[in-house]
Amino acid sequence: MDFLRPASWEEALAAKAAHPTAVPIAGGTDVMVEINFDHRRPEYLLDLNRVGELAAWEVGQDTVRLGASVPYSAIMEHLRAELPGLALASHTVASPQIRNRGGVGGNLGTASPAGDAHPALLAAGAEVEAVSVRGTRMIPVDAFYTGVKRNALAPDELIRAVHVKKADGPQQYSKVGTRNAMVIAVCAFGIALHPETRTVRTGIGSAAPTPVRAKEAEEFLNAALEEGGFWENGRIITPSVAKRFAQLVAGACNPIDDVRGTAAYRRHAVGIMARRTLGWTWEQYRGTRRTLEGAA
Amino acid sequence: MRVTITVNGRPQEADDVWEGESLLYVLRERMGLPGSKNACEQGECGSCTVRLDGVPVCSCLVAAGQAEGREVVTVEGLADYARHREDAHPGTGCAAGTCGTSLDAAQRWQAGPTGARSADSAELSPIQQAFIDAGAVQCGFCTPGLLVAADELLETRPSPSDQDIREALSGNLCRCTGYEKILDAVRLAAARQEEAVR
Repeated sequence: MDFLRPASWEEALAAKAAHPTAVPIAGGTDVMVEINFDHRRPEYLLDLNRVGELAAWEVGQDTVRLGASVPYSAIMEHLRAELPGLALASHTVASPQIRNRGGVGGNLGTASPAGDAHPALLAAGAEVEAVSVRGTRMIPVDAFYTGVKRNALAPDELIRAVHVKKADGPQQYSKVGTRNAMVIAVCAFGIALHPETRTVRTGIGSAAPTPVRAKEAEEFLNAALEEGGFWENGRIITPSVAKRFAQLVAGACNPIDDVRGTAAYRRHAVGIMARRTLGWTWEQYRGTRRTLEGAA
Repeated sequence: MRVTITVNGRPQEADDVWEGESLLYVLRERMGLPGSKNACEQGECGSCTVRLDGVPVCSCLVAAGQAEGREVVTVEGLADYARHREDAHPGTGCAAGTCGTSLDAAQRWQAGPTGARSADSAELSPIQQAFIDAGAVQCGFCTPGLLVAADELLETRPSPSDQDIREALSGNLCRCTGYEKILDAVRLAAARQEEAVR
């Protein structure tokens, strides 16, 4: 095994181009487990800790450009207003020690269906900045996950950052596990209201071969909210609409039975989380509307 | 490969380190500092918790090469680290090498009552003393990781709520089911810290 230690982003890209089998390591919270358990013996380890810019973020007009190795603890502490869904998801990651090291770039690189960040990224809307010596391409996060622990990266590409849309409305994240800390999701759900575009987006974790959006459920809900004038009148969402939304979200799952839970349980639980988080975010939306109306 | 790490305020070197080796292995097997415990090797249990550039991490998930040139505090150096917390260079040692904990002293470090230490070995840190006073140590295996995590909590949040304590220690498992007394110990250390400030 060789330990490659690029001092800059350019050096890292050159190293990855020269050694496409090199395994990037930043927080190490996935890679080191595999090495410790002898599940993986990469020819090269590509340490990204020395590339300082990967741990930085920039808040722009419409998006946050989140460096690939910004630790979850920093997202929780500094980006709660801009990325509320991702901040909530970050808070459910493992433990403080792990959140101090792990980041979204690693979650995307590993592309486990159970990765905590994915549902939040899908719901908020995000693009992955994939870079190689050949150039940069922006991959919509919906198209990034290609299979169980597989992603759209080419062998010579590294994740530089993920560009996440800044919240324009309430966001929520919910995760089922056996305890509050140190849990791999049995299943998870993220939701984001986008009042500017009058749309709702979703993300399902750990209930299909890849993280997925519940597109049919989104389309149904968007149409129902539009038709009933809910965005304008701020009324409580009709229970039958919420119920149908939850059913369609559950229907978007394609889960398996495994040690953490059965397929049937996952489908059921995702439906429950969909209904609850829709209620929570909608209440928040109605609340902010009322505050604004009261102030005006 | 050779790895140079500042451990407990003093620069240390390890040779013939395998590229896939963890920081934990280097500390325990190459530097003779077995205070950080090796249990799950997957970041579940927290018994290998150390400070890496001040941040609590699972040393089993840090590749040794990633720690090159960085600063590590282990439980063996915790007393000295706590004593120098207010210094200009907490945990980093000073140029003359008179601060920090030497490898030799760290290797011989044993927990004992305050005041009974020889001149060159550190006394207990407040959190260590509180663990003893509260009876928060049973088999002791999880204790080093808990001490490092709890010490960092009290550094960043001097008056933690119970929720803060639970959250900060959520990545440290104790299988003797001693959590209540561990919580007591952290509360005790926090209360003593507050009193000292007053």
